[in-house]
Amino acid sequence: MNAIIALSLFGISNLFLGFLNNRKILLPATLVFILIALGLNFADWNHEYYWFNNMLKTNNLSVNFVTIILLSTFLVVAISRSFGDDDEHSHPAEYYAILLFSAVGAIMMVTFENLIMLFVGLEILSVSMYVLTGSDKRSLRSNEAALKYFLMGSFATGILLFGVALVYGATSSFDIHGIAQGVAKAKEQMGGAYGPLLYSGVILIMVGLLFKISAAPFHFWTPDVYDGAPSIFTAFMSTVVKTAGVAATYRILSISFPSVYGLWGNPLVYIVCATLIIGNITAVYQQSFKRMLAYSSISHAGYLLITVLAKRPETNSSLLFYSLAYAIATITAFAVLMVVSEAQAKNGKADESFEALNGLANNNPLLAFSLTISMLSLAGIPLTAGFFGKFFVFSDAFSNPSSLFKWILVIAILMSTVGIYYYFKPIIAAYMKKGEVAKIELSPLYKFILILTTTLTILLGLAPDLVKNIF
Amino acid sequence: MQQIPDVIREIPLNYYVWFSAALFCIGIIGVLTRRNAIIIFMSVELMLNSVNLLLVAFSSYKADPAGQIFVFFIMAVAAAEVAVGLAIIVMIYRNIQTIDVGLLNKLKW
Repeated sequence: MNAIIALSLFGISNLFLGFLNNRKILLPATLVFILIALGLNFADWNHEYYWFNNMLKTNNLSVNFVTIILLSTFLVVAISRSFGDDDEHSHPAEYYAILLFSAVGAIMMVTFENLIMLFVGLEILSVSMYVLTGSDKRSLRSNEAALKYFLMGSFATGILLFGVALVYGATSSFDIHGIAQGVAKAKEQMGGAYGPLLYSGVILIMVGLLFKISAAPFHFWTPDVYDGAPSIFTAFMSTVVKTAGVAATYRILSISFPSVYGLWGNPLVYIVCATLIIGNITAVYQQSFKRMLAYSSISHAGYLLITVLAKRPETNSSLLFYSLAYAIATITAFAVLMVVSEAQAKNGKADESFEALNGLANNNPLLAFSLTISMLSLAGIPLTAGFFGKFFVFSDAFSNPSSLFKWILVIAILMSTVGIYYYFKPIIAAYMKKGEVAKIELSPLYKFILILTTTLTILLGLAPDLVKNIF
Repeated sequence: MQQIPDVIREIPLNYYVWFSAALFCIGIIGVLTRRNAIIIFMSVELMLNSVNLLLVAFSSYKADPAGQIFVFFIMAVAAAEVAVGLAIIVMIYRNIQTIDVGLLNKLKW
């Protein structure tokens, strides 16, 4: 948990590094900071500790989630070469600092023991993301995305807080284990029924969190915000924010409210189905690669929620494996998208459509290959990490005795076949369509990250037990 | 002087719950129907303040200070949100000379 303190201090020191004339030092410094935080995080392995007067708790599950979050942050920072070392108006020190601060928020969201910390962590993460979304100040699209994200995000926070207040009224506690006891007591007093306070409180908390992880029908802001934000921050949003959101949802539902499963489980079934169907079907109609990735992130929220819903003992490891596979593949896809869209820019505006990828394989075999592997992983084709992610999630759903899960499984499998269609679009564009992409010069670090993520995706697809046993 | 929790307890708890719920609903309706970014923003603040009221009422009825501590956190974080939110609105106003969210339609599917 010292990772939280370390990252906050590193964020501040990053701001001071911004005063230096040499901006080249910022990127390596930030990478080193994240690696140190990652090392500190492993110190909590195999210990169950309460921190800061029972506000946070670390155990192996939370250490694993923090590892995924910090790893994603590391990868995103490593591919962030476009913060503009040359531009007078760019503020790389501030962006790196805000990224570190938002990682602190994400870590608080996966280790919280008290709803106060859930709220504070969520807000640290969200407020940083509002700033980063609007960081391209002169672009109208970025402005609009920032405003939409801000208004929808604070709306969702309001809903979450009202839920927290109602649950507090029903159980007189903010501690997640205290709430679980309060829920049991309240249920006893009411003779097995749920009081109206508890009922609406649980639903509102769930809605507030689902807003953040963009599950349908609360997804409408997602494509606009992901599309308008600078690509590097979209990559951060669709990996770190989503992982933290799903982990927080899982933590609160599985620890505080397992005894009222019927209350949140039944609505969540419909939400999962709607998320899978809307996310996948709408992604088919997209013309822009970036917007397609936004819808794909909605659909992956649906798959992640299946295993939260299935409530099996294996849920922990499936959730971790899926988040890891999804994060690595998404960051690879964004890494390719960023360089290609800039190389294909028209009138100074980055071209993010599928056409920009036409003929990518001719001059840039590494980019095309990484893109292919990441798309195959997102689609869930065997021999990639994504396949085993989906496999574990589906087997959780299958081993749940309720017959409802057979129907969810049918929808999920149908929708992943729909997914194959749109994930193959960029691959076809890169290898089969006629077009010309000039050879793109990549920095050694960028090349290294692409090779690393691609290898990881294939390695986890060949031997998932390597990490599955750790989880 | 009477203790503040006792003053709060002179009104039945149900009234507080209904009043906060009403404020919260007014906030939601404001967010969903208004087009001016500042007014939407005010509606969000109204939602947060209805939560504060509810937490204070619960906390004095249960004689548990945790609820009031939470209120401090909400106030502090809401202030941070206001700072970022107004900055975003000013940035938009500089670019398009209006804060009508209906006119922001560059991003459509």
